[in-house]
Amino acid sequence: MPEPKLNAELLKKDFPLLERTVRGGKQLVYLDSGATSQKPRVVLDAERDFYENHNAAAHRGAHQLAEEATEAFENARAVVAQFIGAHSREVVFTKSATESINLVAYSLSSADSPIQWSPGDEVLLTEMEHHANLIPWQEMAKRTGAILRFIPVTDEGLLDLTNINTLIGERTRILSFTHASNVLGTTNPVRLLADLAHSVGAVVVLDACQSVPHEAIDVVALGVDLMTFSGHKMLGPTGVGVLWGRFDLLESMPPFLTGGSMIEVVTLESATYSLPPKRFEAGVPNMAQAVGLAAAVKYLTSVGMDAVAQHEVDLVTKAISGLEALPGVRILGPAGPRGGAVSFLVDGIHPHDVGQVLDDDGVAVRVGHHCAWPLMRRFGVAATTRATFYLYNTEDDVRALIAGVERAQRFFGSAS
Amino acid sequence: MNLEKMYQEIILDHYKHPQQKKLAPLDSGAVEVHHVNPTCGDEVTLRARVVDGVVVSVTWDGLGCSISQASTSVMAGLAQGASLHHSLALAAQFLSLMQSKGVTTEADEVLEDGLAFAGVALYPARVKCALLGWMALKDAISREPGELNE
Ligand SMILES: Cc1ncc(COP(=O)(O)O)c(C=O)c1O
Repeated sequence: MPEPKLNAELLKKDFPLLERTVRGGKQLVYLDSGATSQKPRVVLDAERDFYENHNAAAHRGAHQLAEEATEAFENARAVVAQFIGAHSREVVFTKSATESINLVAYSLSSADSPIQWSPGDEVLLTEMEHHANLIPWQEMAKRTGAILRFIPVTDEGLLDLTNINTLIGERTRILSFTHASNVLGTTNPVRLLADLAHSVGAVVVLDACQSVPHEAIDVVALGVDLMTFSGHKMLGPTGVGVLWGRFDLLESMPPFLTGGSMIEVVTLESATYSLPPKRFEAGVPNMAQAVGLAAAVKYLTSVGMDAVAQHEVDLVTKAISGLEALPGVRILGPAGPRGGAVSFLVDGIHPHDVGQVLDDDGVAVRVGHHCAWPLMRRFGVAATTRATFYLYNTEDDVRALIAGVERAQRFFGSAS
Repeated sequence: MNLEKMYQEIILDHYKHPQQKKLAPLDSGAVEVHHVNPTCGDEVTLRARVVDGVVVSVTWDGLGCSISQASTSVMAGLAQGASLHHSLALAAQFLSLMQSKGVTTEADEVLEDGLAFAGVALYPARVKCALLGWMALKDAISREPGELNE
């Protein structure tokens, strides 16, 4: 049964911050959810409730509060696992997607890694990666002598798969790529790439930061080995991210951060480690944030992820056609089907200046290189203006964006 | 309203008609520096030549927003022909203007067209745009000719 359309006007009321005004009384129009999303009251309440009623160190102590904190944390894990079609024991709570990718890159290149590295082994990435899925691999390459290779991006903003059969080969040990581009809005063919990489025995890592918040995800159907995303981009708190991994793979991986909570037996000389996910959760965990993330997941589920996705498709389609109708405005990235990031250039006006005029109207967009500097270089631009959408954005928000861009053109006298 | 406060006519003029935005040949007496703003990717290449304590030439090329480009243009006009000492003083004064939260003092008058950037100081995210060219100048005239950038 198709889910009913969501009512963004109504949902917006659940987000206290979206009620505020900025820059001298302008109603805020928040179009920067790709950077971080706003939080509904239920998430804020869940975090507060944890601190007010259940706060204690999870997995430590035998008092009642410790039991309640442990239960709240483990329930949060179960909720997140169910959201992506996974098993609880495969869900690791980290600080962020950035930490998750660092964890993977470090673990898979340390002495006890299930991958044994030889000089000339390759890690395959793409030209459209966020710095978070690039720099950890650069550091890893320094440690292992691995060679980084990159799937190129076409002018249209799609992965160029022309030479994929030479890019993925005998030497490929890891393929790591983004599900949806945070700049171009491109949605990548995950299953196809994962299957190709598996045919040569490579481990497949997916950066799902820009997909899990916006569409229904079944991690098993995607066919990857490891997947990561951040809580704060999906209505959850900052300070909590997720690493999902196939259990047998996680079980073969050595820890990244070490210390309390992740051990079995410790002597002065050595230690043995817990099974995943605890092996990767050293220290007192981010319990309140995990609980907040679970509340966000429940909120998203109650709205319905298919309804969220459809709503965003509607908004993005309107935004693109509205922007393209303005002379001198060019959209970067594919026409469709695509994800929710809309990056654009306005002839004769630097993105910073476009963003400043929009900001003056209360419209918050992102300007700059979006932590994807190599991709900017690929398109020969220093920066773009980027609007990103979420379930609380309305058609009025899209209209405000387009009106703001028109105003920037008038202000800088560049409208032709 | 706010917008006009930030983008003064003088700034837009310098943006559309930048001064000395054409690199002079890099001969032995000149110093070249390249500065980048890592949060936005704006960049400036600047060549300066100092003879007997005087900044005899400042030329530049760059990519960036109106604020960074206009500010670099104003800087180039002010620094060229000024003593090394005065150029450094101007750079310090401009930095202090950027930290002023928009309140100018008499001391800022030496900045001439640079005074127009007072409104930029109200926008913390744009302050580094305005400073890009000035930081490049300071760097360039503090080096010996032939000293390598980076
Ligand atoms: C595609 C992509 N990957 C990774 C990240 C990093 O996420 P975080 O900063 O939450 O660790 C982001 C966030 O900007 C992103 O958009």
